[in-house]
Amino acid sequence: MKPAAFDYYAPTTVDDVMALLKRHGSDARLLAGGQTLLPMMNFRLAAPEVIIDLNRIPELAFIREAGGQVHIGAMTRQRALEFSPVIAKDLPLLHEAIKMVGHLPTRSRGTIGGSLANADSAAEIPMILQVLEGEVLVRGPDGERTIPAAELILDAMTTSLAESEMLAEVRFQVMPQGALFAVEEFSRRRGDFAIAAVAAMLVVKDGLCEKARIATAGVSSFSSRLRAAEEILEGRALDADAIRKAGEAAGASIEPVSDRNASEEYRRHLTRVLTTRVLNRAAESAKPH
Amino acid sequence: MSEANGFIGKSVPRREDRRLLTGKGEFVGDLKLPGMLHAAFVRSQVAHGRIKSVDLSRALECPGVAYAIAGPDLAKLLPPVPDTQLALPKKWTTRVQHTFLNPQQPLLAHDKVRHVGEAVAVILAESRYLAEDAAEQVTVDIEPLPAVVDPEQGLGSDSAFLHEQYDTNVIGDFEVAKGEVEASLAQAPHRMKRRFYHHRYAAIPMECRGVVAAHDERTDSITVWSACQVIHWLRREASTVLKMPEARIRCVALDVGGGFGVKGHVYPEDLLIPFLAREVGRPVKWLEDRHEHFMSASHSRDQTHDVEFGFDDEGHLLAFKDEFIVDCGAWNPIGSGIAYNTAVHLPGPYKFDHFLVRSRIVVTNKVPNAAYRGAGRPEATFAMERVMDLIAVELGLDPAEVRMRNMIPHSEMPYHLGIPYRDGEPIVYDSGDYPESLRQALTAIGGLDAFRERQRAARAQGRFLGLGLGCYVEGTGVGPFESATVRIDPSGKIYLAGGACPQGQGMETIFSQIVADAWKVDPKDVVVALADTSAISIGFGTIASRSTVNLSGAIYNASQVLQKKVFAIAANLMECSPVDLELRNGSVGLVGVPGKELPLARIAKAAMPGWENARPEGVSAGLEETAYFQPPTVTWAYATHAAILDLDVELGRIEIEKYVIVHDCGVVVNPMLVDGQIHGGAVQGLGGALLEELAYDSEGQLLVGSFMDYLVPGASDVPHMELKHMHFPSPLNPFGVKGVGEGSAIAPPVVIANGVCDALSHLKIEFNSTPIKPEQIARAVWGR
Amino acid sequence: MAKSVEIHLKVNGKNHVGHCESRTLLADFLRDHLNLTGTHTGCEHGVCGVCTIFVNGEAVRSCIMLAAQANGAEIVTIEGLSTEGRYHAVQKAFHENHALQCGFCTPGMLATVIDFLKTNPSPTKPEVKEALSAVLCRCTGYQNIVKAVMEAAADMREGTVGASANV
Repeated sequence: MKPAAFDYYAPTTVDDVMALLKRHGSDARLLAGGQTLLPMMNFRLAAPEVIIDLNRIPELAFIREAGGQVHIGAMTRQRALEFSPVIAKDLPLLHEAIKMVGHLPTRSRGTIGGSLANADSAAEIPMILQVLEGEVLVRGPDGERTIPAAELILDAMTTSLAESEMLAEVRFQVMPQGALFAVEEFSRRRGDFAIAAVAAMLVVKDGLCEKARIATAGVSSFSSRLRAAEEILEGRALDADAIRKAGEAAGASIEPVSDRNASEEYRRHLTRVLTTRVLNRAAESAKPH
Repeated sequence: MSEANGFIGKSVPRREDRRLLTGKGEFVGDLKLPGMLHAAFVRSQVAHGRIKSVDLSRALECPGVAYAIAGPDLAKLLPPVPDTQLALPKKWTTRVQHTFLNPQQPLLAHDKVRHVGEAVAVILAESRYLAEDAAEQVTVDIEPLPAVVDPEQGLGSDSAFLHEQYDTNVIGDFEVAKGEVEASLAQAPHRMKRRFYHHRYAAIPMECRGVVAAHDERTDSITVWSACQVIHWLRREASTVLKMPEARIRCVALDVGGGFGVKGHVYPEDLLIPFLAREVGRPVKWLEDRHEHFMSASHSRDQTHDVEFGFDDEGHLLAFKDEFIVDCGAWNPIGSGIAYNTAVHLPGPYKFDHFLVRSRIVVTNKVPNAAYRGAGRPEATFAMERVMDLIAVELGLDPAEVRMRNMIPHSEMPYHLGIPYRDGEPIVYDSGDYPESLRQALTAIGGLDAFRERQRAARAQGRFLGLGLGCYVEGTGVGPFESATVRIDPSGKIYLAGGACPQGQGMETIFSQIVADAWKVDPKDVVVALADTSAISIGFGTIASRSTVNLSGAIYNASQVLQKKVFAIAANLMECSPVDLELRNGSVGLVGVPGKELPLARIAKAAMPGWENARPEGVSAGLEETAYFQPPTVTWAYATHAAILDLDVELGRIEIEKYVIVHDCGVVVNPMLVDGQIHGGAVQGLGGALLEELAYDSEGQLLVGSFMDYLVPGASDVPHMELKHMHFPSPLNPFGVKGVGEGSAIAPPVVIANGVCDALSHLKIEFNSTPIKPEQIARAVWGR
Repeated sequence: MAKSVEIHLKVNGKNHVGHCESRTLLADFLRDHLNLTGTHTGCEHGVCGVCTIFVNGEAVRSCIMLAAQANGAEIVTIEGLSTEGRYHAVQKAFHENHALQCGFCTPGMLATVIDFLKTNPSPTKPEVKEALSAVLCRCTGYQNIVKAVMEAAADMREGTVGASANV
């Protein structure tokens, strides 16, 4: 399983990437961590004429705190996120979820930008982007634009990026102090893509759920927010009844996919079960130990 | 060294480890020969069809391509894979009613393609990269035919036939029986019928297949290096296909990265690559990649059993009738082997008089079905062990109790089963205590009553615990023979060459321990040569948990003869009688007189032919003996597996709280290595039960092409296993050993099925097929 | 020509210059161009972990990395784990605990384990199992590997057996 031949470029600036994309258009693929693209090329399911390697561009890898936000360069390794004290402090939900992404050796190369641009329906990072309502900074031939989480992914493996564009940065609001959160994943084996995963962040004030953000991975063709479940929780106490209803709403509201791993019915069922478990765990974490 | 058995029974650390831990192992993929070409195959993407044409013209023009050939042209040059290995012993053919047809697979498909992945053409190029580029440029024109995917549909007379010369897809049909099963069923107080399905999965070793061949013009001889478990078999077929005497063919297996049966027969590639090497006059290397492996290395299991069984009010099994079908895939490389294993392993450790099994082997448009760890026994054990639990549920008895009531008691051993093994000999369970293995397993899980109490209490709180049991017996060490050459080297070290072929079992270590004990030397002073037809000219190879039994026997036989000679020469030198001598510390010494001894090196020198020899009259020159061990029949290992499962019924996930194995393989040569075999086999069994699946769609397209689809268990997916050993020595070989390589893969699938059914017994749900997937468990419960 | 590359890299402490196609996989470059056949490939699609090596101090799957991407990198393979004929603590523990059978996955196991222990020198058994799930083994059933890793971790914490200067 050897890849087909290609022309290889390793630019050192984003401007050089733009020029190469302009010159080669659809003949070119961007190579980030390679943990998805290289396997496809080894199978010859992808046979790009041109590879633009992004791994030599230092300006694309960084983790910065910037006025209530965390800015992360697209080529930041998942491993760097895993061991970053900034992520642990400011984005603890991402800190927890990142350990579910593949295995340590794949996180040594895999990047946050690569995962988002790939938009696999069962990937964890796109789900976290939804929950935390992050946004991505995209560079194109005519400059920069921002895409909010809800508008980034259109379908399985399909983002709203144009062919000439490149994902350059990911931005998150720092999670509110005292926010409750949890993430649960169900897969056949440890480290596999999720058959179903649910992540949630809740802000509870004076006994009432002020803000609920819940998203899935693996159950539909792309990660999406469970707005029906969120609406049930917001404005009321986070009790067993609310959680149960939110779980049911979650299961009912998704557009599940069916494949060899799970039927639509089972994915609905898993969504309900995992949403309930995530919300229970988040609620538990608020209680004094 | 005063102990009789210095090294047998000790966990001697492996000598293989040094090279494997430092990257100095040599696997077939590591070979580099000057001028070597790399092969890539063009494989069918259609399950069934007539080959109209193969166009190699564009491929031949690709950079770096040296040669290409397709099936239709190759058929004019070479015969198909010979089927001499499939010949059944006369003792069997006269005892068992059977019909067998043996379609012989051509080295490249030429008239039809019969499964997705079947090779149609081969390209040789300067690198594998370039060969794959060229392979993409080959056009194969196939006229599709209806695919036979369901073997039951393949039985019909209106089905498409894979091998049109036969007018049927049934290429094997046999029946074995004892007693009067129909009458007994009719009279039984209870009578039930069930279908059991054991699905298709495979060995999937971490090293795929690989063959390197080189033709030496000077001697007109060929060397074939293959990741292979049966190199003497390979040489025999290569001799036929290449029309060369065996004496000019050398077959070698270097370090092999796991076999588990899938590398245990001769494949078309094993024969085609050496032909190509001779044809083009350059060494040729073919390394199978993982994608190819799924579609061309043998699959296994895939049996459907329709069982009818009768029992009494106390749960005694009275009659057992099984009609089963093996989904054989497109070819049948090892003939009756798997199916017949299944048939005779059905009775298990149980005592009952009325038994009938009929087996049909049906070809389908899938990858051929051959041996994989257990080789037919897991399917048999699945059926019988589900039956034991079904009897228990029907009568409201504990499944452990039902087994106890049916097991052959120790007092009745050796036990004559009443049907023949595949070597034609009547099956006799030679030694062991089956009820004791079950008792020990129940103790190891914390006691049966204690568990049932826990189970009741848990269920009241909405938690579901289940006990899964799997008991089996296993015929090991099958013949016809294995070979050993034992030679005293001029240095005094002992040289052993044997016909066995290791793939990670630690054979170099094990056999050095056995030779060390036989000759009273240190294992470090034993040189071991295996898996090389140049080292020993007749051999059988490693399959069917047979090598420790058979090679140890051959070592014993060779050593017995050689030691007589050694003593004769030593007596001559020491001017005493041979009866006054003994082996000690790498020497021959006078009994009772410490210090009066001659090192083996001295004896070796004295045995040399020529003027200075010191051999007595009548003793031939040289200190080497080749001998064979032909076991009288198989020797029976056995085990009980018991597991406590904790079900997360919402998700359908199974947590294995405890997994216990009580195992008897007789005398244990190296306890650490035996435990390793048991761990490995059990995890493969669990993989088959829960994760691994080779699925096809209705057009015969294989739905598995990568490790994303085929789920091999990882470290987080397996429980800690507690092992307990029993040791009833085998009476059938000099060292009292029984085979252990396959055993622990046999029980896990039924242990899981039984455990899940037991956990959900209040819902009266049955799981009678594999794999058992989370969705099935969740669905079984969510409606209630 | 963009279809071939020249790469400069350090492997097991030695500097190398290589020329290969831009599509040459790092695993193949090590095996075929540098004759370091200790690194094995089990799947060529980045799932089985058998090909795992050290690149710039981190465990990485070499079958899904281009040799071109290793330009300027420091690589350690299984051949570079022992120093002056002495085993790394993990190699020693593997040997003493029978944590390998056929040895094919062993190169990937060793690299994965050693990297993991650097990030977590006092792991629990479940943490070890999770880390090991990065590499598939068909022979051992993992039980002895888990045991070996716990033992190696203890040895390394107590300083009774050295790690290796290379990794």
